[in-house]
Amino acid sequence: MLRREQAEEIFSRIQKYASADEVECLFYGGQFALTRFANNTIHQNMAEENFGLSVRTVFNGRTARATTNKFDEESLRDVVRASESLAKVQETDPDLLPLADPGQAGCQEGAGLSRHFAQTAELTPGERADAVSRMVEIAEKQKLTAAGIFSSSENLEAVFNSRGMRAWHSQTAAEISVTMLGEDSSGWQKANSPDVSRLDPRALAEIAAEKAVSSARPREIPPGKYTVILEPAAVLDTVGFAFFDFSGLAILDQRSFLNNRIGQKLFGDNITIWDDVGHALQSGSPFDGEGVCRRRVQLVDKGVVKRVVYARASAEKMKRSEHAAKVGPVEVTGHGFPIPNEMGEAPMNVVFESPAETKTVEQMIASSERAILVTRVWYIREVDPYEKILTGMTRDGTFLVENGKVVCGLRNFRFNQSLIDMLSQVEQMSVPVRTSGEESFDMVVPAMKVKDFNFTEVTKF
Amino acid sequence: MKELASWVLNTTAQRGADYSDVRIVNDRSRALATKNGKIGNASEGQSEGFSVRVLLDGAWGFASSAELGRRAAEATASRAIEIAKASSKVKQSGVRLAPEEAVTAEWTTPHRIDPFSTSVEQNLGLLQKIDAELRAVSGVTLAETNLNFRREEQWFYSCEGASIHQTKFTTGAGYVAYAFAGNEIQKRSYPNSFGGQWQNKGYELIDELKLVENARRVGEEAVALHRAEQCPEGRFDIILDSSQLGLQIHESIGHPIELDRVLGMEANFAGTSFLTLDKLRRLQYGSDLVNVVADARQEHGPGLGTFAFDDEGVPAQSIPIITAGLFTGYLTSRETAPMIGAERSGGTLRAENWNRLPIIRMTNISILPGHHPLSLEQLIASTDHGILFQTNRSWSIDDKRYNFQFGTEMGWEIQHGKRARMLKNPSYSGITTEFWNSMDAICSRDEWTLWGTPNCGKGQPQQVMGTGHGAAPARFRNVKVGSAYKGT
Repeated sequence: MLRREQAEEIFSRIQKYASADEVECLFYGGQFALTRFANNTIHQNMAEENFGLSVRTVFNGRTARATTNKFDEESLRDVVRASESLAKVQETDPDLLPLADPGQAGCQEGAGLSRHFAQTAELTPGERADAVSRMVEIAEKQKLTAAGIFSSSENLEAVFNSRGMRAWHSQTAAEISVTMLGEDSSGWQKANSPDVSRLDPRALAEIAAEKAVSSARPREIPPGKYTVILEPAAVLDTVGFAFFDFSGLAILDQRSFLNNRIGQKLFGDNITIWDDVGHALQSGSPFDGEGVCRRRVQLVDKGVVKRVVYARASAEKMKRSEHAAKVGPVEVTGHGFPIPNEMGEAPMNVVFESPAETKTVEQMIASSERAILVTRVWYIREVDPYEKILTGMTRDGTFLVENGKVVCGLRNFRFNQSLIDMLSQVEQMSVPVRTSGEESFDMVVPAMKVKDFNFTEVTKF
Repeated sequence: MKELASWVLNTTAQRGADYSDVRIVNDRSRALATKNGKIGNASEGQSEGFSVRVLLDGAWGFASSAELGRRAAEATASRAIEIAKASSKVKQSGVRLAPEEAVTAEWTTPHRIDPFSTSVEQNLGLLQKIDAELRAVSGVTLAETNLNFRREEQWFYSCEGASIHQTKFTTGAGYVAYAFAGNEIQKRSYPNSFGGQWQNKGYELIDELKLVENARRVGEEAVALHRAEQCPEGRFDIILDSSQLGLQIHESIGHPIELDRVLGMEANFAGTSFLTLDKLRRLQYGSDLVNVVADARQEHGPGLGTFAFDDEGVPAQSIPIITAGLFTGYLTSRETAPMIGAERSGGTLRAENWNRLPIIRMTNISILPGHHPLSLEQLIASTDHGILFQTNRSWSIDDKRYNFQFGTEMGWEIQHGKRARMLKNPSYSGITTEFWNSMDAICSRDEWTLWGTPNCGKGQPQQVMGTGHGAAPARFRNVKVGSAYKGT
């Protein structure tokens, strides 16, 4: 791993070579390994080590970035030269802010908990293969075939700047995803954690296998509006499309579904949402792309959209804009992406608040006369950006629930569903859990029982 | 580079590898963007490294490093061997590679103007000019422009003796005008969504695209969509413009023909395919007007899937995928070709960069144009009642690639052979083979464009790859329209 002292030394050389008014460096990268299996065989198995250095130079209202993965003398000179060449030829932007000042204290790591675990960092290809072997055994026992991944990594993320900023975060991550395939059915599970010891490959494989077995010989029922029980992964990949709109710059750009809606009750009373990097189930760096500490922010309170998040520049711009009076609190929250960028900021550590009364998925099933249980959703895309209508498919375990019991597997549906309507029609929720999907960043979300979910078509399997 | 490769290949040979190859890549990129007249992005990137792929005891190992010295070369090679040993713990049968002649070759993307030789002032000046045109239109609330260049130099060496040096140039540019009013956000993109048009070409592409000339019209269309009527729901004859047909090909032909998907290798993420092996040369995929090829050769054009050799040293080829409507071919690699009895790989294995394992990727998956002269306007004139769909806005398809739904930025109702009225929020949906069998007309070569899709995601870890799709406007009969807004 690139050590902090090495980064300090590289940064001092970058400062020496630069002629810019101000200089910022991002350091990133680490070790990453992934064991991939399919047809009960490890068919791809890789490892890499790579570190990057991204240099941003600032000349009186002009800025640009250049990136390299080479740290020799010539490459460092080149990356500074490239950044300065791009910056110097621009027109001056009076709105460009000077670099961020370092905070008085460092950003607090998640709830005082370390997100770096030696066991995860030191995981070997042999240990990953052994875990895969245990998952494959479960598949073979059930006459299924298994496909999936087991990855592990150790990463760093750092922001240094010429104003003295020295933000540094390193953490580990491990992830398992498994799909079990039968003749005409499939089941899926996925989990990740900074601590590999918290992952249970056998349990994930067993649940996926059970879903594949119990959804065999799927029935087809007509599309229409149904009560659905969305497992956490299905919730995650659907709601994930909302959060890039909880951004000050998205409001300023008038590309957010929250334009003219902040302060309104958009969702049900039972929906309260935070962004909280310090949450015990969250992961990631406690600072943003400029090194500013991420603050805990309440985005939605009992269905009312309270506010959005801000990078430094977006907050400044918002204060001077026509939107300022109708967007709630305007202040830097530490959610910016590295500058320059077109997106501004977004809450990336979303946590749904647990409702007063939680239900397990089993209780949701037991309380349903007729409903559809959805394991995961797939290929979600935005149909209408302001009404937030999303389309997508169910996948890897869709079940019919009748009279409080799972009756059979179902052929997969296409949905076209307004996210606003969906979060207004949540009847029951589970305890929120750390969840990982394929369409969205990881969040802490509950399973949800939602009425009148809009399925518009059925596919062939 | 050859010396680095020899350090790697000597190490893997000494440690008992049955097969090994090395890819060394130097990658340079420039990304510029504006947003409402200000710089949205100004960045350059440089990345260099190598990877080692080994086959040992019938199992794969792969390791990569950014260090190009001897110590790193030997350590990375040894690491790949250790990983292959771990892989061999969980296998059903050993990997067998289709034979391929090892060649020594040199190739560079044909280009007139090295994009990196153009000045940043010139690049930003162009974007600012487009931005000004877009924002000159009253009602445009957000204007975004972008310009992207990439130069990817790769050296490939294998233990079989291959030595291939390729340099690929990619250029891409485009813009979007947004109009927010009332309860609607509408947008128009040019020349296409996904950042515009992308090709393996030099800066000459930018001049060909007539970016500034079209900007005012595109801004006006974004605003006009607010006054347009909602696309109706029902069954209609539809015409897809060539860029939308390009994406339709990508999603409902390009992905299902990937043999790794068919064989279950992508089941956990990208999914599988309805094109099971029994369907080869038996399935009537489309009407007899549907002729599709996977063509990576230079003579097909400057697509994002054009190269001389793939990332395991197999020469670029043209594979007939659909021939007069009959399904005739898969995308294959040296590992997967023998599994369907093919004697040779189709040459489609590609990696995103030096640190990623090459996997089967679309090359240029193109529908061939009609033989008889037919322009878009003539096609519209021959349509009594239908809807013209222009420029993709949303796209979604199931994990076996049967059921799809696409939305486009703009539609036109066609009545009695004429564009009658503009439609907003148009969408259509269907089942892949039913849809392609309903195609009854396709325009001729002068309406055919080789589009670039720069953002195709596949693999774990996910790799983003550029693919090419040649298409001309085409008509499909009795297609379901408007489901995207049904019940919402």
